[in-house]
Amino acid sequence: MAGMVAKRVGMFALVLAALCAFWEGFKWFGETTGFALGSFEVNDRTLPHIHDIIGQLFEPSRTNGPLLIEVLWDAALFTAKEAAVGFALGASIGFALGVVLAHSRLLQRGLLPYIVASQTVPILAIAPMVVVWMGGRGFPDWFSVSVISAYLTFFPVTINTLRGLTSADPRALELMNSYAAGKWAILWKVRVPSALPYLFAAFKIAATASVVGAIIGELPASIQDGLGGAILNFNQYYATTPTSLWATNLIAALLGITFFLIVVVVERIVVHRAPEHVA
Amino acid sequence: MSVVSLQRVSKKFGVGGVRALQAIDLEIGEREFVSLIGPSGCGKSTLLRIVGDLIQPSTGKVVVNGKTPHQARLDRDYGIVFQDAVLFDWRTVAKNISLPLEMVGWDRAKRTERVNELLELVELVGFEGHHPWQLSGGMQQRVSIARALSFNPPLLLMDEPFGALDEMTRERLNLELLRIWEASGSTVVFVTHSIAEAVFLSTRVVVMSARPGRIVGIVDVDLAQPRTADTREEERFADLIREVRHLLRRDGGLDVEEPTPTGEQDFIAAEEALD
Repeated sequence: MAGMVAKRVGMFALVLAALCAFWEGFKWFGETTGFALGSFEVNDRTLPHIHDIIGQLFEPSRTNGPLLIEVLWDAALFTAKEAAVGFALGASIGFALGVVLAHSRLLQRGLLPYIVASQTVPILAIAPMVVVWMGGRGFPDWFSVSVISAYLTFFPVTINTLRGLTSADPRALELMNSYAAGKWAILWKVRVPSALPYLFAAFKIAATASVVGAIIGELPASIQDGLGGAILNFNQYYATTPTSLWATNLIAALLGITFFLIVVVVERIVVHRAPEHVA
Repeated sequence: MSVVSLQRVSKKFGVGGVRALQAIDLEIGEREFVSLIGPSGCGKSTLLRIVGDLIQPSTGKVVVNGKTPHQARLDRDYGIVFQDAVLFDWRTVAKNISLPLEMVGWDRAKRTERVNELLELVELVGFEGHHPWQLSGGMQQRVSIARALSFNPPLLLMDEPFGALDEMTRERLNLELLRIWEASGSTVVFVTHSIAEAVFLSTRVVVMSARPGRIVGIVDVDLAQPRTADTREEERFADLIREVRHLLRRDGGLDVEEPTPTGEQDFIAAEEALD
């Protein structure tokens, strides 16, 4: 067990080191040979040093202001709240929709095309409408962002709920019939537990999508307090301090990874399946 | 009174009407242990499911415990065991056994008490906290039997319960099953492919032919009760096995390679889906 953990940590460190080496190696190669990908020239502006990006986190965000990492920490917490509410909303709606569709072939045929279509509409086209529509009804702006985030998260959950609920062993269903079990008992005692590995696969996709959704949702909502606002802001100063934007991206990525890991941990606690069944 | 009564029961699958069972007449009395034996595709699993109201017969009359099979199922008059244990991975051994009791609506204290009794009956005390994948195939099947017995059904339906186990485990579980049968007082209907198993376990062996499934003969097994490992050594045991084998050979197509006529593929597929 301890050996496994050591191996995993070792592998993680190895890949991280390889990525950093590739970044710095490419930068060195580009700068010494003048190599360019089209108009993309390698220099400190397009590809800052990793240590400069990390270092920027511990510089003041503006003159006499708090450190950048403090600003980004607050922004990340704000975006995390939006994303968490969005994830909860999207996962619940996605699950409920999956349950309904799994019980009616007719509804499945009727509704599924529209559910699929909803995901082909660019989120950037819908986000401003959601903000205006929700704002006009007195909802706080951050909640509009959560709704946008939920819009991105419900889809994988619906599809996998549908697939998972129908994955139950037919003999297990016969067994439940032999006990004269009702539809609800079959749903909660057989179908949902059988679906859990599928559900958690969907939750992993939804968890990262919810963070992306929240960040994108902040742009049309012109919310300044989150990571989306920070990205927009530092984008304007990219010419002078590119490391601020890179540092913000780094924090956004870490937030996505954190969401993903939370789902992994909950899965470990909740799903009791034979090891070969766990995704 | 018969626990199971079948009169002229037939079953056709699909629109083409492939006959799975034809004119089955069978009475099974209280505390009997009746085996159904026959080649693949003789409809024995189908017959078991008709008794359990999991499949509807095309024609004929079925009475289970003095009621329609449907009412018997609603009253939880039978427990069923499949070839695979069909345990729920996400439940411990104890919670797998108590699943039917949750359906029946027993409270937690009563369930725990009953589960402990059953763990003793199938000799799995100490494994109540294990998950199914941590058990051997034989242990899993014992859990499955305990689950079927949990609510004390008067009838136990078993569909090749030991078919997937190795010979040694199978013989041990045969003895255990007989002990459990003695202790529980249930009536057992047991589907099997094994002639020796059928003779060893049963009070009567019902021999069936293939496509359409018909009863070609019933062998009364007059071996002394309770049966022991020595029963297999008796001359009478060998005689009875020979008797069953002859019935199978004459009408059941045992050892006879016959091409499958087209049109029956559907039914074979349906039977295999049940296995």
